[in-house]
Amino acid sequence: MRVINMRLIKNIGEWFDHRLQLAAPIREAAGHPVPRNASSWFYVFGSAALTVFLLQIVTGILLALIYVPSAGEAWSSLQALNHQVALGWFIRAMHGWGSNFMVAIVLIHMVQVFLFGAHKFPRELTWIIGIFLLLMTLGMAFTGQVLRFDQDAYWGLGIGASIASRVPILGPFVVKLMLGGPIIAGATLSRFFALHVFVIPGLLIAFVSLHLLMVLKLGINEWPMPGRIVKRATYEAEYHTLTKNDGEPFVPYAIWKDLFFAAFIILAVAASAYYFGPFGPTGQPDPTIIQTAPKPDYFFLWLYALLSLLPPSLETPFLLIVPPLVILGLILLPFLSGEGEKSWKRRPIAVVTVLLTAITLGTFTRMAQFTPWSPHMNAWSGDPVPERYIHGTTALERQGALVFQVKQCRNCHSLGDAGGQRGPALDSVAVRLTQDQLIRQVIQGGGNMPAYGNNLSPAETTALVAFLETMHPAGQRPARDAARELVLGNDQMNTPGTQP
Amino acid sequence: MSTTTDTNSPTDASLSRRGFFMKLGILFNGFAALVLAFPVVRFLLASITRGRGDGYLSWVPLGNVSNFPEGETRMATFRNPLVMPTDGKTVDTVCWVRRVAGDQFQVFAINCAHLGCPVRWFAQSGLFMCPCHGGAYYRDGSRASGPPERGLFEYPYKIESGVLTIEAGQLPTPGDPVAGLASEKPTCV
Repeated sequence: MRVINMRLIKNIGEWFDHRLQLAAPIREAAGHPVPRNASSWFYVFGSAALTVFLLQIVTGILLALIYVPSAGEAWSSLQALNHQVALGWFIRAMHGWGSNFMVAIVLIHMVQVFLFGAHKFPRELTWIIGIFLLLMTLGMAFTGQVLRFDQDAYWGLGIGASIASRVPILGPFVVKLMLGGPIIAGATLSRFFALHVFVIPGLLIAFVSLHLLMVLKLGINEWPMPGRIVKRATYEAEYHTLTKNDGEPFVPYAIWKDLFFAAFIILAVAASAYYFGPFGPTGQPDPTIIQTAPKPDYFFLWLYALLSLLPPSLETPFLLIVPPLVILGLILLPFLSGEGEKSWKRRPIAVVTVLLTAITLGTFTRMAQFTPWSPHMNAWSGDPVPERYIHGTTALERQGALVFQVKQCRNCHSLGDAGGQRGPALDSVAVRLTQDQLIRQVIQGGGNMPAYGNNLSPAETTALVAFLETMHPAGQRPARDAARELVLGNDQMNTPGTQP
Repeated sequence: MSTTTDTNSPTDASLSRRGFFMKLGILFNGFAALVLAFPVVRFLLASITRGRGDGYLSWVPLGNVSNFPEGETRMATFRNPLVMPTDGKTVDTVCWVRRVAGDQFQVFAINCAHLGCPVRWFAQSGLFMCPCHGGAYYRDGSRASGPPERGLFEYPYKIESGVLTIEAGQLPTPGDPVAGLASEKPTCV
């Protein structure tokens, strides 16, 4: 009976293969030799990226069963997913966390490939297609954030449009093409839905297939040995000898590590989804509700920080010139360094470049998490003046503290570590500025501070400056203008601490 | 496809009858693609071509002039001139209306001139502040501090039988500040 069953299965298999003729190429792909030293845990990130991509396709299709790509209904369909549909929240969370994992793994894969010299001859095109895959992954992350059609998405589109509009001459057209009309509205969401669900995934599938095909045809990069130099003339013969003498079939010799890591990543995405839950949606995409401070998703936070910190005049040139240059540089990289050392141990500049980029992006991302450049919109009405700053003060000085709060100075200046960080903290401002300098700064502004001359009466200015003059640590005298003392004489100086 | 070195062979595409028909077939498909390209490109660029010659802009009412006290800045909501059935809550847009005196107004876009975030008005300090990157503007819309390179975008306005009307319908951006009128605005209060 068992023999008959086995024979039946074999016959059915042969019937299909006679028509499909896929068994031979599959066997060839599975059995292609890989260098023994390339079977390393460092080589699992490519297959992990593919795993997460497949996971995104599955969870994406599941979400599309409920999600409505209409500006009028997208937000409520996400609420339904979160609260009404069984485990809808979990599928949304898987898709959101899958997106974060995918960007992270693609970046790690890229760094590993670069440090192991895998972009060098003859794998230049594999690298270039990899760059396009990275850009598409980021494109998926951005368009996906738009599909979560909430306040952040709505204003995020405004930011995207404002950046796109700065392209010389074509800017206004690019904006209308991107928004699908003159404003952010129904057509905008539909267009981003088409990009996120059809256009970019289609391109991703095509490019991933090419990327994989080239890995199969050219062979996986061997473990880089310091001193083993890549030369166009000899590399392919050397690689062939290596896989012949010291190679093993990909299945099962190397694939088991990919399999383990793939399962680990899927479980990691699921665990993050379970513990942290889905992303948003935040408030409704209602343009008439402006009490919002829109922020991009994690992987674009560095850009958000950069746009706050660049000098205004440098911003547009930077936005328009640097990204194309970086992309061009990445594409040209394998042509500029297509030969030579592969090992990162002999490529100090490569290592420093990676570290510098990582530290820069990491720092900007960290800064964007607490946005020291943004005014705290409610600090003036919400943050109390620390008691120690009013204790024992005169009526005038207290009036100054009131002016300080009412005129929203607190939105940009902190007292006792509470308040905005846009301007300097004022806890010891009297040590830095004399009375005259304080008055000038308040009335005329400057150094990135607005001028308050038109919005403060002379009495208010006097009170405010009197309060600010008390802002010095106990035992440390406030700044004073020595010349003023000479001109006016000690008697007329009302600054505390100047009396003999 | 198999290639041959024998130029007189009947399979040579450059000479044979079938080779000629293949080229004709490719040409025919090229023609079909060209015919199709016109509607496809026209459709894809529809959002751009419609906008030419201020096609998106029209005059929309903000309410009675009496709703806006002199010397104050108030928020006003208007319905976008072009409405699509799927727009949902995005059919409405807000703006800041400053009644300078009498029939003299300034109507500012809600979008920061830096990157389009919604600016908020603080009457006490007479400043508009942006929550995103910290741009600030004076009450007349001129730049006070922060990353914006210019003042707030302004809508052209007129008063028709006691109703304040603005010319709107397009998201103002640094590269396309609505109708270009905003560059000629007063510089002091």
